[in-house]
Amino acid sequence: MSYGPLLFLGILFTLATSWVGLVLLPHRQMGALGQHTDTNTAAVYPAARAGEAQQGAEHYRSLGCVYCHTQQVRPEGYGSDIERGWGRRRTVSRDYIQDKTVMLGTMRTGPDLTNIGERQADAAWHYRHLYNPQITSPGSIMPPHGFLFDIRAIGQAGRSTNALVLEGTFAPPAGQEVIPTRRAEQLVAYLRSLKSSGDLPEAPVKKEEAK
Amino acid sequence: MIKQSQTLRALLPGDALTGGGTDVGNKAALSEIDASCRVPVLFFFLSGLAWLLAGTVLALVASIKLHTPGFLASWEWLTFSNVRTAHLNTVIYGFASQISVGVTIWLMCRLCRIPLVAPGLITVANLFYNIGVTVGVGGILIGDSTAIEWLEMPRYATPILFISYALIAVWTIVTFRLRAERHLYVSQWYLLAAVLWFPWLYGTAQVMLLIEPVRGVVQASVNWWFAHNVLGLWFTPIGLASIYYFIPKVIGRPIHSYYLSVLGFWSLALFYNWNGMHHLVGGPLPSWMITVSIVASVMMLIPVITVAINHHFTMLGHFGKLKYSPTLRFMVFGAVSYTLASLQGVASALRSVSEVTHFTHHTIAHAHLGMYAFFTMVMFGAMYYILPRITQREWPSNGLISLHFWGVALGIALYVVPMSIMGFIQGTMLNDAAVRFLDVVQFTLPWLKLRTLAGLLLAAGHGAFVINVGWLLVRMFEPYRKPVVRILTGEAETVAAAKLP
Repeated sequence: MSYGPLLFLGILFTLATSWVGLVLLPHRQMGALGQHTDTNTAAVYPAARAGEAQQGAEHYRSLGCVYCHTQQVRPEGYGSDIERGWGRRRTVSRDYIQDKTVMLGTMRTGPDLTNIGERQADAAWHYRHLYNPQITSPGSIMPPHGFLFDIRAIGQAGRSTNALVLEGTFAPPAGQEVIPTRRAEQLVAYLRSLKSSGDLPEAPVKKEEAK
Repeated sequence: MIKQSQTLRALLPGDALTGGGTDVGNKAALSEIDASCRVPVLFFFLSGLAWLLAGTVLALVASIKLHTPGFLASWEWLTFSNVRTAHLNTVIYGFASQISVGVTIWLMCRLCRIPLVAPGLITVANLFYNIGVTVGVGGILIGDSTAIEWLEMPRYATPILFISYALIAVWTIVTFRLRAERHLYVSQWYLLAAVLWFPWLYGTAQVMLLIEPVRGVVQASVNWWFAHNVLGLWFTPIGLASIYYFIPKVIGRPIHSYYLSVLGFWSLALFYNWNGMHHLVGGPLPSWMITVSIVASVMMLIPVITVAINHHFTMLGHFGKLKYSPTLRFMVFGAVSYTLASLQGVASALRSVSEVTHFTHHTIAHAHLGMYAFFTMVMFGAMYYILPRITQREWPSNGLISLHFWGVALGIALYVVPMSIMGFIQGTMLNDAAVRFLDVVQFTLPWLKLRTLAGLLLAAGHGAFVINVGWLLVRMFEPYRKPVVRILTGEAETVAAAKLP
């Protein structure tokens, strides 16, 4: 095999096959996938995210949450994603069309977050968890995200309404309070917006569970 | 000159064809080729090693953080995610890719039997490449990561990388075009392929993920088409080209079979590039894509077994030489790891295995078996051969060579074996909904601490190597002294004397 041009063409041809097959064809098949409108309720799924949550998605990306948390629910009977309550149905391509960066993830050092907005709707829980995961989930290896919070002196008017409720060793020094920064608020808005359980023809939610 | 038969020509590297160590003219030609590579290849190796040290420190920090989350937790730029991602990008783009290019250039010139065409230009391009990596890793640490695996460097860094790479690749291809040796040895097929495949992969990923991002999960398929192919179509071919070159060269024996080398090359070219979607088994993509990738992953058995037969049968009966040649030692370690990594990869692609190992540390172990135990070890082996030739100095310390080899060999074994097992158990626990998630987390802790220990061994090995390289460079500025023990500058037949512990 000493004929250069043949080698050159062979090298280009082989990669071209999967470039067409795994890059161009999927783009053709799914690149223009749109929202689904329910014929009965006229509800549109997936809905666009509110601006606050969209900002939060950027923080999710920037903080690298994807390296420990997936956003994909595997089908029933394959793994225990559904049994663990991470979703009522598997996720499908259409669930992700509103995401600027699709962060499916490949590692579950922490639990899946596809439906975290449904599983944990309480914003105060999210703030405490981000501030120090040991408060809400003792034994977790998630790093504390103290830099998403301001610790400041309690003002004249008394404790701020958005100050974190912290007890014991986690409480700030006396006379001080822990306030979420703008970034923390946006990130929590994003986390609470994570819900991929709309009823789709390609991924129906089981009727007895869908209320 | 010794006349070589047509069959033997196909089985030996081009620069080993005529005369070997006995022909003065041939030696002079080789020495001229080595001299033309000196500046660029040294630059690639040294900057690559600097990034290796940076990547090692980042890896240790990331590893400690995973079992001790409070470690350095108040600095936002040092979060686990940032450090882990900076580690991946420094070792992939800073270390491995630069050593790859250095080895590629040197091998290409040696096999084509001509001096490097534009060493100055390549050196300048490499300077810009390093600026690109610095900007990219800095961007990751300040939170500008794209969060697309293997492509985390922000958009303002990647064009510098792409253009510098393109300049280096063009001159490598020009060198190939102007080759004096018309016969193409198997290593050259792989090298040419790698040099051409990489820009296609990187360019496609840049356009479809960063410049004009595609919609929805097509991002995931482009991501894994790219990321998996960087391993299979950039690092793997350069690693295999090196093994195909250095094993016959060091033991002075032709490769086992020409036909197997042809079959191995073309089956890799055909099947590997379809493998990527096996990273998405069970994911929200059409089944046909995932099934195609699983089938292609199983088909990888053909190139893997073919190459394994070819490499291991060439070595058969020559294992005694492992005692004397560090190059051979690292190469054979890498060649065996390639077989193991590939078989593990085929197994993990199967739906039933992926159900357990996906999303666990098993995948991390597999990545290190491929990128480190195979590829990095092969690159170390290549550097042990190339550096004395381009600097015309012997390795200063045998002790440091041994420390390097045993540090990294034990370190990577202590990393890959326990982590593979741990990942499997972790996956089994995750798939049992009765096991609390936090219990799975707690289960991984002692294993993660063991990984930090493995990382320290690897770091010790890297330290020993870098000291030896630094010492070698110091010797470049001293007058040439005929070495007391010729272990390295001699060609295959002079390999003798000093036994490595």
